[in-house]
Amino acid sequence: MNAPSNPSPVRPNDYSAYPDANGRFGDYGGQYVPETLMPLVHDLDAAYSAAKADEGFQAELAGFLTHYVGRPSPLYFAERLTAHYGGAKIYLKREELNHTGSHKINNCMGQILLARRMGKTRIIAETGAGQHGVATATVCARFGLPCVVYMGAVDVERQKPNVFRMNLLGAEVRPVTSGSATLKDAMNEALRDWVTNVHDTYYLIGSAAGMHPYPVMVRDFQAIIGREAREQILEAEGRLPDAVVACVGGGSNAIGLFHPFLNDAEVKIFGVEAAGEGLDTGRHAAAINGGRPGVLHGNMTYLLQDREGQIEEAHSISAGLDYPGIGPEHAWLHDVGRATYLSATDTESLEAYSLLAKLEGILPAIESAHALARLPEITKEVGKDGIVVLNLSGRGDKDVAAVAAHLGMEI
Amino acid sequence: MSKARIDARFAALKAEGRAAFVAYVMAGDPDAATAAKILAGLPAAGADLIELGFPFSDPMAEGPPIQRAAQRALKNGMTLQGTLDLARGFRAGDVTTPLILMGYMNLIVTCGIEAFARDAADAGVDGVIVVDCPPEEAGPLADALDAAQVSLIRLATPTSDDLRLKTIVRRTSGFVYYVSVAGVTGVKEADAAEVAPHVARVRAASGLPVAVGFGIKTPERAAAIARVADAVVVGSALVDEIAEAVEMNEDVTQRVLSKVSSLAKAVRSARVGQTTV
Ligand SMILES: Cc1ncc(COP(=O)(O)O)c(C=O)c1O
Repeated sequence: MNAPSNPSPVRPNDYSAYPDANGRFGDYGGQYVPETLMPLVHDLDAAYSAAKADEGFQAELAGFLTHYVGRPSPLYFAERLTAHYGGAKIYLKREELNHTGSHKINNCMGQILLARRMGKTRIIAETGAGQHGVATATVCARFGLPCVVYMGAVDVERQKPNVFRMNLLGAEVRPVTSGSATLKDAMNEALRDWVTNVHDTYYLIGSAAGMHPYPVMVRDFQAIIGREAREQILEAEGRLPDAVVACVGGGSNAIGLFHPFLNDAEVKIFGVEAAGEGLDTGRHAAAINGGRPGVLHGNMTYLLQDREGQIEEAHSISAGLDYPGIGPEHAWLHDVGRATYLSATDTESLEAYSLLAKLEGILPAIESAHALARLPEITKEVGKDGIVVLNLSGRGDKDVAAVAAHLGMEI
Repeated sequence: MSKARIDARFAALKAEGRAAFVAYVMAGDPDAATAAKILAGLPAAGADLIELGFPFSDPMAEGPPIQRAAQRALKNGMTLQGTLDLARGFRAGDVTTPLILMGYMNLIVTCGIEAFARDAADAGVDGVIVVDCPPEEAGPLADALDAAQVSLIRLATPTSDDLRLKTIVRRTSGFVYYVSVAGVTGVKEADAAEVAPHVARVRAASGLPVAVGFGIKTPERAAAIARVADAVVVGSALVDEIAEAVEMNEDVTQRVLSKVSSLAKAVRSARVGQTTV
């Protein structure tokens, strides 16, 4: 399939009807994987469809989400932040209060139960910030399964506390030195492991990215965020929000929040990509704002790449957003105009990080701080009587060393 | 014209009663000029078919040797167009040895699928293997290559059951590439006894010659595979010779071609005294 050079898609009536049977969101998605893996992704697709329709599976997952993860997460009215910007009311969906400190555990719990159902005995994962690695190591510890986490050597260096946490949880962290030694290379290495260990291994992907069925499966497991937020805002305000906002790396926390609102035309949707040192410097991680469609890691989506199609390194202060692609559903939501993708620089995100700490007593993950950084514009656009729900995807303790370094301080 | 070159080569080898030796090298490894010299020397050294990799930044099915080869090539500026130039140069000096391009989908999508198919045919390329483009995603590519008379060569693997094989061999021509181990290139070793029944299965399903590759490094193993398959592919072991020659400051071309000779000799003598399969 050719990269869509002049996208002029038709607006679909029902956004929740995607992907199609081939795992496509419009032109995006699909299963561009080596032949060795095709039977495995087909198996996974069938196993996931069966589990999704199985009430027993859903009840088991709901039980763990309540008693182990700590759901539902609160929807918190950020009064002082709202007053600070002087625009729309800001609600924070507190995913950082989940067990392990981010939204990643929602997906990990769903996938580990699926892996067990499929009889898999070994779990592998890739991680950037280490949040997904920690969440994977956690569920593997809980269910007694061996766990190997691939992590770019650069990220191992800048997220040391998370590496230590994974080790404590019994996981083996394998630093990846190939390529740019960050998240995309960790994903390459995990795929190489999977293609080598086809019989016993389950690949637990951490974002709504990669080949079908991962984008739809991870979205479904994360959509609990949006379903809860919808109920909670109706309870608190008696109406839907005017806008929902989330940061976008691969796009799992964002699609989890967005998906239950896709068919509510009155709800504006904003994703925030990492602009690194600035979109015009070329040193960023904004696949939609600074890339174009292509094929990587099993799917057609927006990618940072050169004219020839070689993948370019992403750059962001946030290891969790430091990925040259984006989940295919976001690529499609962008093309059809249902969601708007903004960006925030390293500096803007650091400022938002400090601001939330001072005004609300919450340290946000530097990833989530990218979404916070666009609140001035979004709360203004929505206006004083409006309501904005922002996904606080993770807690910021892991980032204090990096933040201190950027502020020129030693801790 | 192009498919004909592959068919003619396999027909001739069948008449000779021996398997083909297929040499894989990466375009632009270690640089364009040396790669051109290596390519030109391959037929005389004993390569019956040639696979020419075009380098991609993120080769997910490749082990360390070919990953590093791609990085060497990219560092020295190799591109898809540069790869086609190498193919054209090779074809100017050799009109009988089939030349197969092997690589990843993103460069083809970026080039434009139809443009790629036309350019490849024009450069004298006979077949294309796209590692991350399974049959499910290959419709437009298969159409374009058909129109350009270039073979789309498919991979069958240890995970391909009989049902899956039916999907794999649809719209394929030239030969089928059997990936002898579940894994990336150049790590696990292929076992001839294990491979043999699969080769027979793939041959029966496709009606085409079957080449076996991934994990063949030594003349002994190449000979063992040559007794059960229609073609033996060696890649990582050749690419490793290039890496070592560069590191030791030796003559890269000579070193690779002498490795090719020893592997080709093993393949050629493998079936002596044996009835043909
Ligand atoms: C707290 C947090 N938020 C967001 C992300 C980005 O991932 P995604 O876009 O899949 O939500 C990460 C990734 O590590 C993360 O740790």
